[in-house]
Amino acid sequence: MKLTEENVRYVAGLANLTLSEPEIHQYADELSGILTYVAKLNELDTTGVEPMTQVLFAAGDTASLREDVERTPLTNEAALGNAPLASGGYFKVPKVIER
Amino acid sequence: MNIATLTIAEVQDGLRAKQFSAVELATEALRFGQAENGKTNAYLTFSDERALAAAARVDAKLAAGEPIGALGGVPVAVKDVIVTKGLRTTCGSKMLANYRPPYDATAVERLEAAGGIILGKTNCDEFAMGSSNENSAFGAVRNPVALDRVPGGSSGGSAAVVAQGTAVVSLGSDTGGSIRQPASFCGCVGVTPTYGRVSRYGLVAFASSLDHIGPFSRTVADSATLLQTIAGRDDRDATSALHAVPDYFAAMAESVKGLRLGLPKEYFVGLAPETGDRIMAGVEVLKKLGCEVSEVSLPHTEYAIAAYYIICTAEVSANLSRFDGVRFGHRSAKSDTLAELYKNSRGEGFGAEVKRRIMLGTYVLSHGYYDAYYLKAQKVRNLLTQDFAKAFEQVDALITPVSPFPAFKIGEKVNDPIQMYLSDIYTITGSLAGIPCMSVPCGATAEGLPVGMQILTKHFAEDTMFRLAHQYERAGGFTA
Repeated sequence: MKLTEENVRYVAGLANLTLSEPEIHQYADELSGILTYVAKLNELDTTGVEPMTQVLFAAGDTASLREDVERTPLTNEAALGNAPLASGGYFKVPKVIER
Repeated sequence: MNIATLTIAEVQDGLRAKQFSAVELATEALRFGQAENGKTNAYLTFSDERALAAAARVDAKLAAGEPIGALGGVPVAVKDVIVTKGLRTTCGSKMLANYRPPYDATAVERLEAAGGIILGKTNCDEFAMGSSNENSAFGAVRNPVALDRVPGGSSGGSAAVVAQGTAVVSLGSDTGGSIRQPASFCGCVGVTPTYGRVSRYGLVAFASSLDHIGPFSRTVADSATLLQTIAGRDDRDATSALHAVPDYFAAMAESVKGLRLGLPKEYFVGLAPETGDRIMAGVEVLKKLGCEVSEVSLPHTEYAIAAYYIICTAEVSANLSRFDGVRFGHRSAKSDTLAELYKNSRGEGFGAEVKRRIMLGTYVLSHGYYDAYYLKAQKVRNLLTQDFAKAFEQVDALITPVSPFPAFKIGEKVNDPIQMYLSDIYTITGSLAGIPCMSVPCGATAEGLPVGMQILTKHFAEDTMFRLAHQYERAGGFTA
């Protein structure tokens, strides 16, 4: 599987990731190599095999449910404590709606 | 007291005999850790204030004649992907260089409730992605056994502090071998428990279906004590297991005579010759203890790395989408629109390996490729898990190498991602199946590089695993 630089730009857009030109060049190469390697899986016939999405153990349907009790949430101050920009109790982002 | 070789039992005996107070021990541990850290770069942050306050609480309990807890006074280090309230947690990333979490992980809460003293946070590959600890934004960690070599990864710092003696025990995290491989490279004990055995609440998510928290120590007993303390159901992690936690200490004391051990033939090809010799010497020790050894087969082993790098990167691409420059983490200064803010903050904040995995994961989940890659990999994961289930019908535990070779030189594999991924071949399989696995030392190469032997058991059979490891240690296996 060969990824072009155009493919890499498209995927970077999906991933919300700014990449430099050298990075785009590098990832086109490296990701092509990795995809060629993982194509190995096609050697296996997996007809009728269930996909394993999670490590699961036998338990009743509601075993993981807890009592619905009130808990103290994070304070507004704590929740905003790591925000690079905040004011008035809110996270700040660039303007998204033009007046 | 030799701080570099203390065990949990020695700490507690010393405290009870009043040879030292918990504050004196914590003070000395912090001094020693800070003095030695220049050699390895294993600690990223020291938490003097928090450690001394916790030690003072242990001393107060001692003075009042109250129980001090299973980890009372014990100096512990915590990998920097596990959140600690108010204490900088970087994940080895520029993205979180100044992040101070507003809460503690469950494992941290439990170990502190048991009297553990957190000395600081340990270096690791960025967001735990790597096998050498060279992917940290804060510099590589050097292996205390051979300073020109890697300590393994991603929990390289947590392995190094235990091997170096700058902590008695530590917490790491393991997604595809990130506890066991560094434990083997540094010559200590490292345990990846059953998936769900330890709550992941407060473990910064990498690949949620594969992430585990587990202990590092110099003795098997100390890992058993630490796991006993942090294991068990937590309502804040819906995937944490409901199963009762057995008494690992009681289990450990039992003889291993008659236990059936399997050597999977697929794990003994392509090994460095000295690694193979050391593992077989370890197997001899277990045979002398009365274990019955036979060859078994895990036929899908060769497909594990391909399945792993699809599943883990797919989960990475989803989990790391939370880093957007808005709520926490790095925010790009040169962005006029929200879309640019997301893209630039992520482009500037993440390092090369993290971006590589986000890209791969996004690609395999993208329209038209989902079935060919992600779904296929999940089916292969099922086949690999069935391999283990079949093997455990014949044997009680599997014995394998942890890594095909001992610690490599810093810089040796850094330019070849596939070669780096392939070094995880023997650890990734157990991670995909979610079974408990651990690395125990089994001697060293002629150059003095430690070799680790892996013990794997079926889901929730940590008691059998600890029993084998402890009896093996008692019989001199660590220097086999």
